[in-house]
Amino acid sequence: MALSDLFSRRRKEHAESEAPSSDAPVHPTKVLARFIAGLSARSHPVILDLGPSVGSNVNFFGQDLGCKIIVEDLSKDIDRHVRESILEKLPAFLTNRFPQEPGSIDGILCWDLFDYLDKPSAKSLADQLIRLLRPEGVLLAFFSTSEPQAGTRLEYTRHVVVDRNGLQHRPYPGARPKQRPLPNRDIQRLFEPLRIVEQFLLKTNLREVLFRKAPVAASAPAVSPSA
Amino acid sequence: MWKRDEAVKPTSGQPATPAAAASTQPVSAPVAVQPEARRIERDIVNIGKSVVIKGELNGSEDLTIEGHVEGRIELKDHVLTIGPNGKIKAQVFAKAVIVLGEVNGNVTASEKVDIRDGGSVDGDIISPRVAIAEGAHFRGSVDMQRKGAQPGQQKPAASAQPEKAPATTAAAPQSQAAAH
Repeated sequence: MALSDLFSRRRKEHAESEAPSSDAPVHPTKVLARFIAGLSARSHPVILDLGPSVGSNVNFFGQDLGCKIIVEDLSKDIDRHVRESILEKLPAFLTNRFPQEPGSIDGILCWDLFDYLDKPSAKSLADQLIRLLRPEGVLLAFFSTSEPQAGTRLEYTRHVVVDRNGLQHRPYPGARPKQRPLPNRDIQRLFEPLRIVEQFLLKTNLREVLFRKAPVAASAPAVSPSA
Repeated sequence: MWKRDEAVKPTSGQPATPAAAASTQPVSAPVAVQPEARRIERDIVNIGKSVVIKGELNGSEDLTIEGHVEGRIELKDHVLTIGPNGKIKAQVFAKAVIVLGEVNGNVTASEKVDIRDGGSVDGDIISPRVAIAEGAHFRGSVDMQRKGAQPGQQKPAASAQPEKAPATTAAAPQSQAAAH
């Protein structure tokens, strides 16, 4: 038996565990397709994924779309701050969390991370993401619009890409409840100077937002070629 | 050759050999590594969980690591399996890498990187195929488009800087091992 045959067989076996589950509901998403379209100008875009690592997402963005993916699971950092009762240090931590160069990221997948952050932490994270995003880069974020209910289980959501128009939501245990939803105006201010280019309010009370960073010419004075 | 899965199962807390049980100190010379570090199951070479290797590990056959390795691992055309007890702080170059233990460092594979449930990788992956199981931990970047960088071309990860270990070439899995 050739080694390639073995890998082929194992790939099939693994595909079942990695792939989106067939019986789990698929939630429609309108903004993901726009996010992907926003990356199309680059031949080998770099994506920063702030959610937990999901094998099928890595394949979707890496293999199918040709992106380089950087996975920085911030839910683990939030949990650690909750466990150690140092949540007041979270904003400062987030300020120094990302070693990447400014303007080095083409697209950022925040998923619903901001639902779990208090305002100072959200501001601190948003500032860093704005710094990392290259001009014309895109940022996808989901925001809940309903008040968190007392007594609900503490869990985060793993977003599994089914295709450009569908996601599966897989809950997993977390340490921090959702915070109060941000009003639309606060969301806008949080990410300034990014511009909201698409926004959808889904029937599930989820607000999907796509931000874009202004091109260099729009944010900085043009430099003459002779300079 | 197809007993690989058996080879990576936890070895029920038993060291590979009685000699390996006594050897809990870092090994600095390849000569010392060979008799203690390797357990042979047909043509699978296994570095037992009590073995510590600091330096460079080159080989030309499949290898399973249950011990600790710091530095650099190069199995150009072969499969490297990091067993559940394996802890690697190294740059890794192989044809395929299967991770059930912990890897801290960049991983370059010409065919596939497979992080199984319970496996952990902190570092950048370059490979045309990557599988990450749901219970796996991964932090770093994945580049599936770039051709596997040649050993020596890849930037070392900040977190995986090997200590200034002697350039020990534990010419580990050698063909004579497979003959047993």
